[in-house]
Amino acid sequence: MDKIASNSMVSAYDASPDRLAAGPRGRKPRRRLSRRNIIIYGTLIVVSLYYLLPLYVMIMTSLKGMPEIRVGNIFAPPLEITFEPWVKAWAEACTGLNCDGLSRGFWNSVRITVPSTIISIAVASVNGYALANWRFKGADLFFTILIIGAFIPYQVMIYPIVIVLREMGVYGTLTGLVIVHTIFGMPILTLLFRNYFAGLPEELFKAARVDGAGFWTIYFKIMLPMSLPIFVVAMILQVTGIWNDFLFGVVFTRPEYYPMTVQLNNIVNSVQGVKEYNVNMAATILTGAVPLVVYFVSGRLFVRGIAAGAVKG
Amino acid sequence: MTSVSVRDLSLNFGAVTVLDKLNLDIDHGEFLVLLGSSGCGKSTLLNCIAGLLDVSEGQIYIKDRNVTWEEPKDRGIGMVFQSYALYPQMTVEKNLSFGLQVAKIPQAEIDKRVKRASEILQIQPLLKRKPSELSGGQRQRVAIGRALVRDVDVFLFDEPLSNLDAKLRSELRVEIKRLHQSLKNTMIYVTHDQIEALTLADRIAVMKSGVIQQLADPMTIYNAPENLFVAGFIGSPSMNFFRGEVEAKEGRSFVRVGGVAFDVTSYPTRTRLQPGQKVVLGLRPEHVKVDEARDGDAVHQAVVDIEEPMGADNLLWLSLAGQSMSVRIAGQRRYPPGSTVHLSFDMAVASIFDASSENRL
Repeated sequence: MDKIASNSMVSAYDASPDRLAAGPRGRKPRRRLSRRNIIIYGTLIVVSLYYLLPLYVMIMTSLKGMPEIRVGNIFAPPLEITFEPWVKAWAEACTGLNCDGLSRGFWNSVRITVPSTIISIAVASVNGYALANWRFKGADLFFTILIIGAFIPYQVMIYPIVIVLREMGVYGTLTGLVIVHTIFGMPILTLLFRNYFAGLPEELFKAARVDGAGFWTIYFKIMLPMSLPIFVVAMILQVTGIWNDFLFGVVFTRPEYYPMTVQLNNIVNSVQGVKEYNVNMAATILTGAVPLVVYFVSGRLFVRGIAAGAVKG
Repeated sequence: MTSVSVRDLSLNFGAVTVLDKLNLDIDHGEFLVLLGSSGCGKSTLLNCIAGLLDVSEGQIYIKDRNVTWEEPKDRGIGMVFQSYALYPQMTVEKNLSFGLQVAKIPQAEIDKRVKRASEILQIQPLLKRKPSELSGGQRQRVAIGRALVRDVDVFLFDEPLSNLDAKLRSELRVEIKRLHQSLKNTMIYVTHDQIEALTLADRIAVMKSGVIQQLADPMTIYNAPENLFVAGFIGSPSMNFFRGEVEAKEGRSFVRVGGVAFDVTSYPTRTRLQPGQKVVLGLRPEHVKVDEARDGDAVHQAVVDIEEPMGADNLLWLSLAGQSMSVRIAGQRRYPPGSTVHLSFDMAVASIFDASSENRL
């Protein structure tokens, strides 16, 4: 037996150099210009051009003076770069009687977005945690009502909310708008947090209970540290959503509290005088800059958060 | 002295009854294993004892104190979970001390207990690490440590070894047994693994659909299963079952299965076998003798279908009385397929069940 086995091994070993030389060997070569790559990269390039071209036109236009714009060559880079339109958009453009530019709207938007985001996320995360982990009586009913709330069109609720805010004495103030944003963010955020917390291992929650931790201890010491990714997602949703809001800003505030989006509309759509395209473009980019920055900064945080959260306990 | 006592415990989820009037007394220092396939209610029962599930009816006593409505932390229990359930953002040391800090125990005492637990479990070098930097076995050791530092009377294990690979599982099994021998705590251990149950337990409670089928020491469970379910559940490969009819002839009793009559005169029956009674005869693979018949033994001929050599043992699959059966023999005895063997049975260790009630006769 032994002899036969060793013989056959030797013969196999002898034959191997020929076999290796004949056929393909090692790593399979990849062609750069395969049909697959052409389609993927081609599509990506077309799509990014589609999105980036308007931005390019906006930036170029905002850096030109009016005489140069009147020439009509919108794709050409500015011959003479001027930051005058940016300054004007930020500090001098007129809306109604005020001529202090977008800066007023910017600070209004900040004063609306920051508290709305913080309050709505704080409340919704506790909501989601309670719904996912503490199965209290009526939890399902409560959750159903909340979800239905997400599907009711905003327009239906505007007038009732105006009355409610008026009765509370906060109609037309920033406080009122913050309350509205917080409430309207609740369904989707609660759903988001509930699903995330429900996805965390249930045994972790049980272990914490055996360890004697109560509702808030578990929330702050166990759940929160594991939830960075979902908080970043919620923050992105809320900051961009509230910053970009127009309808509530117009309806629930007075002109001196108009958020940036409403003010931008008023600048761009003003019917008097010459249309200053360069100022309009600069104003638009300024308004859109905040969500852009949020995406860039927290996008990276988001990926890191997912990686950290993926480590199994 | 009872350590844990479950009295008339029922649990319903809506219309579904998971546990129905379950009673269980566990002695102080006893190692009790709840054994059953998934969905039998064994983990549910453990969660009820831990206080993680609210019971619908009945009472739970731990150390003669009614804890039915107590919070988990006030019951004097420590619990170890299948998925370890370590807090991922805390170091091992933090994981161990978290419960003590919540309970506002003085730092000196916490340090002492963490030190003791980490010495017992040999995890001192790991104290500064995060759970993600530990292997599965180390994680489960830390999880056991978390129960240990609580200085409690009752340990609850919820399938603690199921997530580990086979080698680690057998290592940790021995460690848990050693731990129990040195600590002498009451331990309640849920598993679906019969080897774990048989090796660890002082007593095993075999469960099926929320009912304890048999509560006895491992050897009784193995050798004298109370009903057909327990008999089929314990043992791998499973017990061979022959459905037949009782016959009496010349003062001897037989179970006739097709053309084969098994002589069961030496079977220690609890009630007399009635001729014509439909029964199930159960024979463990390792209780069948192959070509080892002594004088006077009834011998049956069978042909080997398949041979499964497993090293220490050799498993033969044979046809007898028109059905397939398995026989375990020593590993060095080989029977190639097709060979004829002579089987004899020791009916003293066989099991006979009533065919309709499925209870042991």
